Amino acid sequence: MSETTQDTTRKVRVFLVDDHALFRAGVRTELDSITDEVEVVGEAGTVGEAVAGIAAKLPDVVLLDVHMPDGGGAEVLRQMRQTHPAVVFLALSVSDQAEDVITVIRAGARGYVTKTISSQELVRAVCRVAEGDAVFSPRLAGFVLDAFADRPGSAPISDPELDLLTPRERDVLRLLARGYAYKEIASELFISVKTVETHVSSVLRKTQLSNRYELSRWASDRRLV
Amino acid sequence: MGLQIRRDTNALTGPEFNRMHRRRSGRTIAGIAGGLADHLNVDVLWVRLAFAALAAAGGVGVIVYGLLWAFVPQQDADAEVAPISTKERQQAIGLIALGIGVALAGGTLAGSINGWASAALVLAVVGAAIVWREADERRKGERGALVRTLSGIALVVSGVAAFLLQAVGAYDQPQFVIAAVVAVLLGVAAVTVPWWLRLVRDLGDERRKRIRTEERAEIAAHLHDSVLQTLALIQKQAETPREVLRLARGQERQLRTWLYGPTGYSRGDAPPTHASGPATLSEAVEVACGEVEDTFAIKVQQVVVGDCELDEKLTSLVQATREATVNAAKHAGVAEVSVYAEVEPDRVNIFVRDRGKGFDESTVPADRHGLADSIKGRMDRNGGSVRIRTAIGEGTEVHLEMPRSTASSRNAGREAKA
Repeated sequence: MSETTQDTTRKVRVFLVDDHALFRAGVRTELDSITDEVEVVGEAGTVGEAVAGIAAKLPDVVLLDVHMPDGGGAEVLRQMRQTHPAVVFLALSVSDQAEDVITVIRAGARGYVTKTISSQELVRAVCRVAEGDAVFSPRLAGFVLDAFADRPGSAPISDPELDLLTPRERDVLRLLARGYAYKEIASELFISVKTVETHVSSVLRKTQLSNRYELSRWASDRRLV
Repeated sequence: MGLQIRRDTNALTGPEFNRMHRRRSGRTIAGIAGGLADHLNVDVLWVRLAFAALAAAGGVGVIVYGLLWAFVPQQDADAEVAPISTKERQQAIGLIALGIGVALAGGTLAGSINGWASAALVLAVVGAAIVWREADERRKGERGALVRTLSGIALVVSGVAAFLLQAVGAYDQPQFVIAAVVAVLLGVAAVTVPWWLRLVRDLGDERRKRIRTEERAEIAAHLHDSVLQTLALIQKQAETPREVLRLARGQERQLRTWLYGPTGYSRGDAPPTHASGPATLSEAVEVACGEVEDTFAIKVQQVVVGDCELDEKLTSLVQATREATVNAAKHAGVAEVSVYAEVEPDRVNIFVRDRGKGFDESTVPADRHGLADSIKGRMDRNGGSVRIRTAIGEGTEVHLEMPRSTASSRNAGREAKA
């Protein structure tokens, strides 16, 4: 980690995991052609290949597909998180279903973006997770707000530290869901970008660790308010 | 990509879900002792000893063995198995003989059954075992198999006949007829059990296969109607990127709704109800955004937090939202508009935002009615409010707020007063 902070010009080493070779090739060309900030060091098409490849290449960031045979992205996360805590995972998927999004986030991904994301934004997201921040798409922000909402009939809160969002975190999430960039959120709330990042990371931690019923077992039917 | 239909049963067939199977090769009779030993992770000798001991205890072991034979499925034909040694086989046969012998001796000594009758029963059981063993093999049209099956049946028949003669005695007594009928029925049942079981299993397989085929046909039909048509259109329109984008987005949205929507394919249980328009706010917002996407070939990123039933006021709110989105699409000059809706217990907030040109509200010509009438007027009439934040070059954000007046809250108020 110290290496990354010392040498800021160092390229972010990215590993692609997706069962569609065509999509991998597309992302690779995109990333290679538009920026010098990131470098694709390897790719894999199955869970087994991914586990072996990541262990061998030790990339900074893994771009992880959610839906794959043999357990998908969540399975890769499950096998790698304990043994390689320094590798950061960013989920990249066509699906923006709450179940999928929440599942990979809770399995340990630092962020979630959909495949329709523009190349520039993808690069920005990769760099951001590489620096240890979280990346929330507007959709994901909406899901998390939904899951942490206080509704009549919600399960009782067992750990307020993890099961509730602070008003500030809620504000940040709302603006994320409205499509604001970090800089815009910062000026809107009169706080620094660093503080926005802190809030988002804290929300990510709560999303991953909280035992809220809505998160651990995402209700497939949206509850009516 | 990898759009998997999430009905796969991986969880059930995973390595940790360990089902008992009868051994296919390396078996002495039906591979049950071996299978049980594999399942319980003990030496096969102990299982055989247990069966022999149980058989000695009034024949319980034989019955248990028969039941396991009928209900435990056989190992896959291609499963790897270690061959068993001749010594083990001899040991097994010895134990079987010992078990049966002790059972017979015990029965005879205790006087519960006549020695000859029990010998006849053993004959019938051995015959049934031969028939079942042949049924396990599933070899059709082989001469040896037929001979073995027939000889098994013959053994059962003669066993039953001998039992009748010995146990019941004189055949001129009336109860002999009843006993004979019961015994023959039991014999037939014992011999045909494997075929009945196979019939039931095959029926289940066939049903599953049929369901899968129907599902495949449904998916194929849908893909043909929508995706293939769109792909054809895209190829025709390849020179106009804007049109291609519009088609691709529209198709993507349609496919998503079909796969994951509230009445979509993966929900399964509810039949699709297209006739009666959207019923909830989230659906209505989705439909409105989709229409704008289709008409103006832009991307509308929409997020809805919470949800509620649609009523008259909220329908107006959604219409105002649509109008605001159309404005953004027409005037902002951007490819993406964000729509965010949040349902709170007492009101609904919707934000429509773009990062486009922006405008100066005071310079909007008086003859432009879009903002004044369809947005402000609509919201005012229903008790809502509109706030607009914009500046030249900074983009525009329209904030629509509508208080909720759901029937339930009004009723609650009335009850409280009464």
